Amino acid sequence: MIKLIIRRLLFLITVIWAASTIVFFIPRISQKNPVRERFATLAISGGFSPKDLEVIIASYNTKFGLDKPLFEQYTDYLSSISRFDLGVSYNKYPRTVLELIMDSLPWTIVLLLVTTVLSFVIGNLLGAIAAWPRAPRWLRTFATPFILLQGVPPVLMGVLLLFFIGFKLKLAPLGGAYSTGVIPDWSSLTFIWDVVWHQILPGLALLLGSVGGWTLSMRGMGITIQGEDYVNFAEHKGLGGYTIFKDYYLRNALLPQATGLALALGGVVVSAIVIESQFGLPGIGRVLDAAIRSNDFLVIYGVVLFVTIAVATLMVLMEFIYPLLDPRIRNE
Amino acid sequence: MTPVLQIKNLQVSYYTDAGRARALDGVDLTLTAGEKLGLVGESGSGKSTMALAMMRMIKPPGRIEGGQVIVDGTDLMTLSEQTMLKARLSKIAYIPQGAMNSLNPVTRIGAQMVDAIKAHDEGSSRADIDRRCKLALESVDLSSSVFKMYAHELSGGMKQRACIAISILLKPKVIIADEPTSALDVVTQRQVMETIDRVQKQIGAAVILIGHDMGLMAQFVDKVAVMYTGRIMELSSVRDMFTDPKHPYAQALIRSLPNLENKGVFNGIPGMAPALLQLPGGCAFHPRCSKVMENCKTQRPPSTNISGGRILECHLYSEKA
Repeated sequence: MIKLIIRRLLFLITVIWAASTIVFFIPRISQKNPVRERFATLAISGGFSPKDLEVIIASYNTKFGLDKPLFEQYTDYLSSISRFDLGVSYNKYPRTVLELIMDSLPWTIVLLLVTTVLSFVIGNLLGAIAAWPRAPRWLRTFATPFILLQGVPPVLMGVLLLFFIGFKLKLAPLGGAYSTGVIPDWSSLTFIWDVVWHQILPGLALLLGSVGGWTLSMRGMGITIQGEDYVNFAEHKGLGGYTIFKDYYLRNALLPQATGLALALGGVVVSAIVIESQFGLPGIGRVLDAAIRSNDFLVIYGVVLFVTIAVATLMVLMEFIYPLLDPRIRNE
Repeated sequence: MTPVLQIKNLQVSYYTDAGRARALDGVDLTLTAGEKLGLVGESGSGKSTMALAMMRMIKPPGRIEGGQVIVDGTDLMTLSEQTMLKARLSKIAYIPQGAMNSLNPVTRIGAQMVDAIKAHDEGSSRADIDRRCKLALESVDLSSSVFKMYAHELSGGMKQRACIAISILLKPKVIIADEPTSALDVVTQRQVMETIDRVQKQIGAAVILIGHDMGLMAQFVDKVAVMYTGRIMELSSVRDMFTDPKHPYAQALIRSLPNLENKGVFNGIPGMAPALLQLPGGCAFHPRCSKVMENCKTQRPPSTNISGGRILECHLYSEKA
């Protein structure tokens, strides 16, 4: 067991190193300098253009270490992340990358965790029921609309919801994390309710788009499992339909889905970027989006590193949880 | 002796796009407590359908269209869905064909025994249920530690015996064993058959053994029923069946068994089993029968009792009677 844990930890470190290396070099291909870009935007928007601009840019470059050779920057970067020092944002200097992440992360985690888990539960239940021959027909058809909706791209789903539910029917706010003009106060219930209210449409957009995927794969799995001998034998034993469904059928059909859940959690960051931009939520997807636009390298590195660590940790965690679900792979 | 199982005119059809297939076409059968019947016949002759029909587990597009299955005085066909659930395992139990996959891979053997008992009597204490499970395991020669094990930790023979242990948990009156040894090697086959033999004597249940292995049958059962196209063609004691089969189909079936005298000669049965969708008129076996007569083609032979308690469906014998 200890050997396994050490092996997995080494794997974790390797994955993090590989991901941070790849993500270090990709933005550098563009050859753009974040400091210069920043002053360029300032110049466009505010006409701010000091005479000694080049000197200022050069001094900032020295300050951020951007004038060093690329390889030296890479080793500096590796050594600082190994000390959990993610650096500062070039664009929002002097705010640190960690601060930016910490401010935005809770928004993303809550929304995505809730929708992913909800989608997993709803999707798998619908799929399992859709494949269960003894379920009432009306219940089995519940899966169909979700399977259809699954084909709608997330971007379009958000727009459609915003237009119909938010704009036409005025049933939900059109965006933002909370009503404009409200001062955040986490001790006030009305404020928390306001926040939840603003999360409903983005949550729905994520949910509607992802439930169908689980439904489809679960239905396929369910069709295989219901023909298994142990499901038949359970019926021969005189067990009731609910027990067979829960303990013999669902329990087995869920096994591959559990792995799918860990994989899906990795993919949610992509949905976060789209949905958060669309609904104006201050989450990590927005931070990443803004950083990519302004070549804010360290923020990109920080966010990607964070996500990599989160996903890789989830994977390793899943590997330890999976044997609890399936006794056949309790090898050590 | 009062019969523990009476099947009367049991009929099952499968409704397919191509039409109605009569899988079971009026089966009659009577067994007394402790009696062991072997059910043989080609694939598609209705053996497994009969087992499923007796458990009332025929699934659409199949339908039980008539007849009675009376176990211990109760006609199972008249029971409500809920009462039938209780009757399974407690009155009539089934030992599955694919023992390799018949146990849930993700829960312990014990849990799969406990849920079976709990489905039938809610009143028992947990300690009592555990004790009954362990007794059942011991009666099939499994150590009571199997209770805490998973299916993948057992060998093929152990899995099959675990299934037998589950089947006898509630001391059923009738046990149906559907090719219980088909996936096992010969040594294990013998152990499993001996186990079934012993437990059925213990609880005094009647056994229906479905299978292809005539050798195994000969050692184990008292009576043999030969099925063809959903009907029992001949029912005889095991000795009569193997030494002096009467029905031409039974004769052909017994002749097709290899033996040491005619080594190298392979006696099959000419022709193919007919499709159930278009059964030949009269006796369904007549196109393949070596002793076919004119009335075989038009008239279905009646069920005839001949000496020795044998039952036959063949014009050769109905005329003599």
